Amino acid sequence: MFEGLSDRLQNAIHKIKGYGKITEDNINEVMKEIRLSLLEADVNYKVVKEFTNNVKEKALGKEVQTSINPGDLFVKIVNDELIELLGKENAPLNLNGNPATLMLVGLQGSGKTTTIGKLANFLRKKHSKKPLLVACDIYRPAAIDQLKQIGKELNIEVYEEGKKNPVEICNNAIKYAKENKFDYVLIDTAGRLHIDDDLMKEVSNINNEIKPNEVLLVIDSMMGQDAINVIDGFNQRLPLTGVILTKLDGDTRGGVALSVRHLTNVAIKFIGISEKLDGITSFDPERMAGRILGMGDVVSLVEKAQDAIDEKEAMKTAKRMQTGKFDLEDFLRTLKQIRKMGPLESLIKLIPGASKMGLNNVKIDPKQMDHIEAIVLSMTQQERRHPDIIKASRKTRIAKGSGTSVQEVNKLLSQFEQMKKMMKGFTTGKFKMPF
Amino acid sequence: MGLFKNIKAMFNKNEKDIDNNINNNEDSLKDNDNNSEEIELLDDVSVYEKGLSKSRDGFVSRLLQLTNRYNKINDDYFDELEEILIMADIGVSTVCDFIDRLKKRVKHENIENPEVLKEIIVDELFIIYVNCDVLVNKINYSDNGPTVILFVGVNGVGKTTTIGKLAKKMKSEGKNVLLVGADTFRAGAVEQLKEWAEKDGVAFFGKENSDPASVVYDGVKKALDEEYDVVLIDTAGRLQNKVNLMRELEKINKVITNLIEEAPHEVLLVIDATTGQNGISQAQSFKEITNISGIVLTKLDGTAKGGIVLAIKEKVDIPVKFIGLGEKANDLQVFDIEKYIYGLFKDF
Repeated sequence: MFEGLSDRLQNAIHKIKGYGKITEDNINEVMKEIRLSLLEADVNYKVVKEFTNNVKEKALGKEVQTSINPGDLFVKIVNDELIELLGKENAPLNLNGNPATLMLVGLQGSGKTTTIGKLANFLRKKHSKKPLLVACDIYRPAAIDQLKQIGKELNIEVYEEGKKNPVEICNNAIKYAKENKFDYVLIDTAGRLHIDDDLMKEVSNINNEIKPNEVLLVIDSMMGQDAINVIDGFNQRLPLTGVILTKLDGDTRGGVALSVRHLTNVAIKFIGISEKLDGITSFDPERMAGRILGMGDVVSLVEKAQDAIDEKEAMKTAKRMQTGKFDLEDFLRTLKQIRKMGPLESLIKLIPGASKMGLNNVKIDPKQMDHIEAIVLSMTQQERRHPDIIKASRKTRIAKGSGTSVQEVNKLLSQFEQMKKMMKGFTTGKFKMPF
Repeated sequence: MGLFKNIKAMFNKNEKDIDNNINNNEDSLKDNDNNSEEIELLDDVSVYEKGLSKSRDGFVSRLLQLTNRYNKINDDYFDELEEILIMADIGVSTVCDFIDRLKKRVKHENIENPEVLKEIIVDELFIIYVNCDVLVNKINYSDNGPTVILFVGVNGVGKTTTIGKLAKKMKSEGKNVLLVGADTFRAGAVEQLKEWAEKDGVAFFGKENSDPASVVYDGVKKALDEEYDVVLIDTAGRLQNKVNLMRELEKINKVITNLIEEAPHEVLLVIDATTGQNGISQAQSFKEITNISGIVLTKLDGTAKGGIVLAIKEKVDIPVKFIGLGEKANDLQVFDIEKYIYGLFKDF
């Protein structure tokens, strides 16, 4: 998601690392690069200015000048400043109250309805509690229908009263939630412009009436410089408690993430990372800074893995990897588990140093994964355990069985060999993990 | 020279004309026909003016302040100008090139007074967009058989709403319109388009939970069989870096061409005016897959300036064909760069 930005930043940082000493001259050049990369990432102009000034000042400070390795210290400064911008720590949701109420607001098309489904799903999974969705978008055609479909898919109840007054709907919904012992009430509101007085009044009325625990602003991460006007506009009319950034699985550089906290003091609480209904995760500034700098995000990777992978299985596989006994059976099992974790591209980006290894722009077609799986599945158990026995006639059979070609079978086998070698390398310490 | 002055003069004159046109001066150089055309033109201009009022606030006022604050052009002046333009999402490299050009011109022509530069700024911005092209903002209607228009874009930009508005417009022009709902992915999307069709009183075709390409096939087939004039096809929002979704779009496109050789006659990329630099990537990626013929810039009635279309025009060479200036059907307007410039810089 941030690879565009992190690439440019890394280039700039790489330059600095090359210099033995940081001087006013060479840092200006690098700061120019950093400034452009931030601006191209849609980071707010004012934030960029402040950020570059701060970094420069610190880089020219005494500490760096006297350090043995100014390059590394420079990276640290950039990293610290980024975390500062993103907000120092992860801000949790306030879920007190019975039921706890959460209201999502935002511009048209920012992704409120989809996000509310994801959020309910996330909360239900995490706290094993019972959420209720409330349909309050009475304007957009079929908006209620959309929420109902999402509810059906997730098996979460949706409260709706058609196109009645939203304040009334909310009141009734909360009553209903109390009577039926729902733990969370999540309210979907209509998309509105922050300058639309009537609609802003409406949402502020809802807020005054039900006093939700959380008022979350949903923001499209592809937004440009206007984002700040939108956040300000909403923040002035509503006591925003947090922001949810959506569509971060696109190729946007998402500079808005850097502007939100700093300019408005509203914390980013969640980010949307895929179209699927489990595509939401809580926002962690430190990890995000690491990701922007291309340091990878092992913590997210591990978290994702924990959700999808059976630990015992994983231990077994790891052992086999270490001992070099990893065969295509293991490969198949691993493949299946990895696929449970979501699109591979987004996983790769979490690997430390992925962009340095040239992996950042890898595009993986899910169809291709299907092919690979089909090939392995067309092998006999013996072939999977001992790939070396696969010779020409077996290859032809496998290709036919999987509906692929001999070339593809060859490719897979040679890639598997390479992979095995790499694994051995990692475990014997031949390759060092980058960073 | 002085393009902006001309544009301003043109619309200002019209405004006055309309003011005293009640008695329909017979000595007027224009005949009646021309006059009513002008009234219509002015109607459109006022939609632009009104729709862009929020975008104008904060943009023009900052430019004005800039002009007033400096009595001499210097580096600080250019820095601030750069900031204002970047804040309008015009695009970083486009702005940098622009500033460089401006600096050269200032040096070359010995301009010192910001007041003089004001006009040049608007002209130069205009030039980035026009760039010697003959601008086509008309829909390429088919001579025989239905005209197929495909709408594409990332999620949440307003594809379905745009189609709903455009259908109403086309219907009022006497066209027989069919809407095809091929967004079978997002929950409720087909239903949303269907509600629009009912509201507009136009025909609708769509199926939920089926393959979008097959819906498009059946829809275009229906248009051929039942002789509709225009087919507007709604597709699912897709982020441009999702390979499989882009492939699906490729397939939809192919299905249309297989039915009608020269179709789709238009592929319109819908872009949200609040979009930042990612707009360029959107334009590039969608252009690789389909033959994008124009952009629909939506949601300009907010505070966003939609400056990214300048960068898109410069880098990817796709013109804007429609802009959305408000919630009402009439707020969707055929894009006219002159009216746009006028609307955005009116008080400058």
